[in-house]
Amino acid sequence: MEAPLNTSKNKYSIIVPTYNERLNIALIVYLIFKHLRGVDFEIIVVDDGSPDGTQDIVKQLQKVYGEDRILLRARPSKLGLGTAYIHGLKHASGNFVVIMDADLSHHPKYLPSFIRKQSETDADIITGTRYVTGGGVHGWNLMRKLTSRGANVLAQTFLWPGVSDLTGSFRLYRKSVLEDIISCCVSKGYVFQMEMIVRASRKGYKIKEVPITFVDRVYGSSKLGGSEIVEYLKGLAYLLVTT
Amino acid sequence: MKHIVKIMTLLMAISALWIGLLQTSILPRSYTWLLPVYFVVSLGCYGLLMVGVGLMQFPTCPQEALLLQQDVVEAKEYLKQRGVDVGSS
Repeated sequence: MEAPLNTSKNKYSIIVPTYNERLNIALIVYLIFKHLRGVDFEIIVVDDGSPDGTQDIVKQLQKVYGEDRILLRARPSKLGLGTAYIHGLKHASGNFVVIMDADLSHHPKYLPSFIRKQSETDADIITGTRYVTGGGVHGWNLMRKLTSRGANVLAQTFLWPGVSDLTGSFRLYRKSVLEDIISCCVSKGYVFQMEMIVRASRKGYKIKEVPITFVDRVYGSSKLGGSEIVEYLKGLAYLLVTT
Repeated sequence: MKHIVKIMTLLMAISALWIGLLQTSILPRSYTWLLPVYFVVSLGCYGLLMVGVGLMQFPTCPQEALLLQQDVVEAKEYLKQRGVDVGSS
């Protein structure tokens, strides 16, 4: 067993944006509680008016785990990922904020390694990377892998970001740092994740990486098309001239 | 400094070096004229090579999918006992 986490003075706010994730949100909440025993944390679910009853499930979970541990901060309609984080951040009471996807592609079992790495290095941001030893991806076809590698080589060649996985969104931020960089990020989709980390890197924040594995959407469908690639290239050009 | 400026500066420095070579004719002119072509081609090759190597060494984790399935079963059981509706996806 690894040494217990020494996090007595820290509180972690885990922001999980959801849209139609009624089963996944229940599973992820269970797994977070399972893997973060003895850590002071809260889960902030930002639900964008899911029609499938995600919010009802969250209310049931509140009864099991307590309303002070699971916060439901819903919004009336689908308003996008970036604003979901800002919305969640307003209600966060921790000094650290974790951002993760609700679709179980980000497994909560990696949270202790994020927390440990942060306390060891005193970093401002810990970002999960799929592209180092110990990390990995499951469920991607050749086309998906090719696009991902191509996108990564382009970004590494032109942006020199200093991190190996730019579009991953499983990250731990010091709250003040997240508040600082989120306000100047305007991109959408996963370009938004890239913009956050590039801006943080340019501002001189200390960024460290931990390996994570990524199991692509167990339930639900994956999406990547030509328009995503165009958006990505636009995002890259935008970051080249603005950062 | 904006990042594009850094890259432009780098390109300018390389161009200046190239023009210098053209002027002083240390190398035969016909070679020097072709240097930018070599540069672009090698940059392209580097990119393709990196994508190729990355693809070959792409880390995968099939065992993680199985572990996740076990976690899902465990979580469903626990939550069902506590009255959380996890029946349908």
